[in-house]
Amino acid sequence: MTTFWLLAPIMVIAALGLVFARKAVHAALALAVVMISLAILYAAQGAPFLFAVQIIVYTGAIMMLFLFVLMLVGVDSSDAVRETIAGQKLAATVIGLIFGITAVLAIGQTVSGAVVGLKAANGNGNPYGLSELLFGKYVLAFEFTSALLITAALGAMVLAHKERLTVRHTQADIAARRMREYAESGRHPGPAPTPGVFARHNAVDTPALLPDGTPLDASVSPSIAERGQTRSGFDADVARTARQLESDGEDDK
Amino acid sequence: MFDLQWLLIAIPLASGALLLVWGKEADRFGHLIGTVASAASFVWGAVLFAKLMGSDAEDRSHTSRLFTWIDTGTFHVDMSFTFDQLSGLFVLLITGVGTLIHVYSIGYMEHDDRRRRFFAYLNIFVAAMLTLVLAADYLVLFLGWEGVGLASYLLIGFWQHKPSAAAAAKKAFVVNRVGDVGMALAIMLMFAQFGTTAIGTVNATVPGATQGAATALGLLLLLGACGKSAQVPLQSWLLDAMEGPTPVSALIHAATMVTAGVYLVVRSHGIFDASEAARNAVIVVGLVTLLVGAWIGCAKDDIKKALAGSTMSQIGYMMLAAGLGPAGYAFAIFHLITHGFFKANMFLGAGSVMHGMEDDVNMRHYGGLRKLMPVTFATFAIGYLAIIGVPPFAGFWSKDHIIEAAFGQNFWVGLGTLVGAGVTAFYMTRLMIMTFVSAKRWHPDVHPHESPKVMTIPLIALAALSAVGGLLALGDWIQEWLEPVTGAAEHHELGIPVILLTLIIVVIVALGIIAAVVFYRREPIAAETPADSSVSLFARAGRHELYGNEINDAVVVRPTRHLTRFLVWLDGMGIDGFVTGLADRLGDTSQFLRKPQTGFVRSYALTMFGGVAILVLALLAVTLA
Amino acid sequence: MSEYITLSLILFTIGAVGVLVRRNAIVVFMCIELMLNATNLAFVSFSRQHGNLDGQVAAFFVMVVAAAEVVVGLSIIVSIYRTRRSTSVDDASLLKS
Repeated sequence: MTTFWLLAPIMVIAALGLVFARKAVHAALALAVVMISLAILYAAQGAPFLFAVQIIVYTGAIMMLFLFVLMLVGVDSSDAVRETIAGQKLAATVIGLIFGITAVLAIGQTVSGAVVGLKAANGNGNPYGLSELLFGKYVLAFEFTSALLITAALGAMVLAHKERLTVRHTQADIAARRMREYAESGRHPGPAPTPGVFARHNAVDTPALLPDGTPLDASVSPSIAERGQTRSGFDADVARTARQLESDGEDDK
Repeated sequence: MFDLQWLLIAIPLASGALLLVWGKEADRFGHLIGTVASAASFVWGAVLFAKLMGSDAEDRSHTSRLFTWIDTGTFHVDMSFTFDQLSGLFVLLITGVGTLIHVYSIGYMEHDDRRRRFFAYLNIFVAAMLTLVLAADYLVLFLGWEGVGLASYLLIGFWQHKPSAAAAAKKAFVVNRVGDVGMALAIMLMFAQFGTTAIGTVNATVPGATQGAATALGLLLLLGACGKSAQVPLQSWLLDAMEGPTPVSALIHAATMVTAGVYLVVRSHGIFDASEAARNAVIVVGLVTLLVGAWIGCAKDDIKKALAGSTMSQIGYMMLAAGLGPAGYAFAIFHLITHGFFKANMFLGAGSVMHGMEDDVNMRHYGGLRKLMPVTFATFAIGYLAIIGVPPFAGFWSKDHIIEAAFGQNFWVGLGTLVGAGVTAFYMTRLMIMTFVSAKRWHPDVHPHESPKVMTIPLIALAALSAVGGLLALGDWIQEWLEPVTGAAEHHELGIPVILLTLIIVVIVALGIIAAVVFYRREPIAAETPADSSVSLFARAGRHELYGNEINDAVVVRPTRHLTRFLVWLDGMGIDGFVTGLADRLGDTSQFLRKPQTGFVRSYALTMFGGVAILVLALLAVTLA
Repeated sequence: MSEYITLSLILFTIGAVGVLVRRNAIVVFMCIELMLNATNLAFVSFSRQHGNLDGQVAAFFVMVVAAAEVVVGLSIIVSIYRTRRSTSVDDASLLKS
């Protein structure tokens, strides 16, 4: 009982946290807390096998899947600020309260009679007793669940699968194409250099210099070249700019 | 031989159908087919009539049964026709005048690109009119009755591109429907009373029926006759019907169709003989229309409308004569035939004038056409002399007899007809003076000219008939000829010698002429119609057709409109309001119920969760209980 | 004994309310897991109450099904995210019109 009274408030608070958390990741963490607590409650109620399954399947697999999808769609994605349906929150709260109170009163309090306990049922060990039921009484349902799981796996694959509509170009393909174009039309195979490469300036109006020292017009914006505002980037330009900067500095004094 | 009388109807009907379905190739000769069909019908009618004259007096009514039209239970209607003294005369009038007008129309409609259609309609009219007069059963008569109504509608609205013509056609059609209701009710009443609608049987069995039934039948038939013959109170359509081409006005709205009402009364003489009240109603209607028509004729400047007023007035004479009973039937028919001649003549003359005046109908723009249109003038003058009743022209004989018979019935009725004769002389003289005699007032751009031969020859023929039509009454031939159909007339003894009355009539007519001459020759006639405010109250009322349209508007049209509006309102607010209101409430409820359907999964989940909560509550409630 | 069931019900209710109020699909999923776990606790508790292992077997099956569900559900979220760049459940409101 101590376990229960210790865990129950934590679980309720964590569940409320799941509902009220702003960020989806926080909600996932709250849910994980609830699930682990549940696992402990299972263990406390004579269900060690379910304790293990709960930890492995739920906390381990399902929660990880949730977090994975959260990462996929963006961890920061949170609820839109505006409530789209008028009165939805209030109505949900009111109905939730009515349902909760009446259910607790009507069903929660109707459980009566002595607790039989699982001592007898778990006589040969809990997994043994469960497997007896699973592979005996419920074997058909068990087989159906396996079919269900396969179907679900296939469905998930189909849903998540994205068909490529165009041929995927590998880096080798791209390189080969560039070389072919260079051979056929003389188009430069490399990326166009940015302005200022090898030049004395790296301003946008300064064309890059080729290894042989000639400026490459293709490296500046065509509109600048059109206006005739390009600079050669040679020493004369540098000297002039330096003088300009010096005179500016004198003005400041 | 008389078994083939259906050919009279079949020939123009087939021709009309042929002209309608034949395509444009028939445009060149379609009018000839129509004219030949009408002429063939006339020739066949003349042959039959000659045969009828040649046979014994007892053997002059030939009914031939074509086929059984309707045979349900006790109701049996044969498609059968009767060729007797009365219908024979009508066949000759319709096909004869009809053929002349067909010929005239060849010229009159020459420049109309729908001439073929016009002739098709004319042929259909002739066929329908012949069906009407030859019918041996009231239902067959009704078939023809509606047929002429249809033809009249089509021909009044022939120039349908003119809104006024389209409106006039609709008006004629609608007003005629009112009369047709009376006619239809009369036929139903006949069947209810006598179990048959055959004309001969009905007229023979009426004396055995109750006075009330006979009066009701008579009044209903009179209502039908009023509609077709433009008698007060259903007179309003005739003046507007002048929107149609002039040959149509001459054939349908002067010579034949409008006199169908008179024919109906004479044909149903058994019914009217049996009911004094119905006869008196006919006399009153005839007298009122006679005076109203003459009044309108005095005030109109539109030559066709003046003639239309005159037509109303002359049909009033016929109605009145028909209402006099056996004493007047023969004279009604006699006047009908002479009127068919001279009024067709004058309408065609007016058409000839219009033809020369570029379709201007305002007499104030005429004047002095005597010299420019000698043939038209001469023929028109003969028609004029005939209508006002100058001896020895046709109208004199027929009108004289009617006035005489009217005096034999009642002094005041006689006096009314006498006044009518004087007014007729006045307005016809006015028309003559304004059109042919006075100083010319036409627009310089108009070049009046005589019409082509194809138009003047029918005029000459009709003028000749107008001149000598009185011969029919020679030696009381017409009375004796029609006696087997209409019954023998008992002779009324007048207080004064007949010759003195005739003299009085002639003097009255002369006074009318003199009054018109004094009135219209004293000062030049204005080329523009004087404003309403500058003419006498009398003329103003005449111009507005004695406010007949306004009365119709006030008594029928406006209340009906209000009723309709009320019904529309009731329909919209009451019935529709309930139905659409129900739908609206459902829609509103749905709109309200739609709100929870936000499309958000979470709200559906909330609903589900709410449902679970309620389930738990219910469970708790059940457990506690 | 009833304290275990009460705890289970409280966790279940908190999970359900979380499903309703959170809009991040992943968090909603976590809440569903919380609800499943709450039922598992009830199963295990009832198993002890009645003295047989059938409840534990049921809890085991719930875990298996939950694993399958999470795999499929998360891959759905990933594929939705791929097309919509969003994991908000309110953005997938195609049920409306």
